[in-house]
Amino acid sequence: MQMLDLIFYVFALLIIFSASVVVFAKNIIYSAFALLFTFFGVAAIYVLLTADFLAVTQLLIYVGGILVLMLFGVMLTHKLISVDIAVKPMRILPATIIIAMIAGTLIGIFTTTQWKSVESFNGNQIKTTTNLIGEAFLTAYLLPFEVASVVLLVALIGAALLARREKPKNNV
Amino acid sequence: MFSVGLTHYLVLSAILFSLGLFGVVTRRNAILVLMGIELILNSANINFIAFSHYGKLNIDGQLAAVFVIILAAAEAAVALAIVLNIYKTFQTVNVDEINKLKE
Repeated sequence: MQMLDLIFYVFALLIIFSASVVVFAKNIIYSAFALLFTFFGVAAIYVLLTADFLAVTQLLIYVGGILVLMLFGVMLTHKLISVDIAVKPMRILPATIIIAMIAGTLIGIFTTTQWKSVESFNGNQIKTTTNLIGEAFLTAYLLPFEVASVVLLVALIGAALLARREKPKNNV
Repeated sequence: MFSVGLTHYLVLSAILFSLGLFGVVTRRNAILVLMGIELILNSANINFIAFSHYGKLNIDGQLAAVFVIILAAAEAAVALAIVLNIYKTFQTVNVDEINKLKE
């Protein structure tokens, strides 16, 4: 178990460091690329928690989809020649105080609660979860699954409609 | 030995959540605000999967995480379309300068 601890700490440090770069970096491009490492670290944490399907989904959707969308958003909304990419933060002091309080509360609650932790998957018999997830989607979670597909369709059409260049209205 | 348990994952997700919230509150750029929201959603996912691994929730926590990922993808697409429209209208994406609903 010593090895797993080491892996956990390495990836936890990677996540915290790269998330700090996302939040504190002056250059928005640095933030976008640090987000890549955060997503990779979170995928590694999913593997440690024996969620193999979720880890691959994280890589495919976050790294392959959302991150590329973000990069396109950065490039389309900045004049790359003029240097207004550096952005100054606002409301630093009150935000720091309130968020330090929130973080302290959360960590305090998490560390003082007596969790009944039952490790449901033993290290010896790790099962792949893809089977179980597929079965659950088509039995107990059928309705949310279908609703999610409709939501994705609506979001696809809505995003395409919103981002389309508006044509000037001709005289009828 | 000191072994990684449920609490470690929860603390990691609390730190990630706080960083994401800090980004949402302090960044001016709308795209950076979206990145903060993604960090928050990821921290929620870590919580779901940690509870599904260490609790008696066998697969349900992972299913909740799948739905979170689906909604995050839909949200990112629609939000970026809105941001592009805002940029076309106002020539800026700084959230503190956009205070009109219509030009």
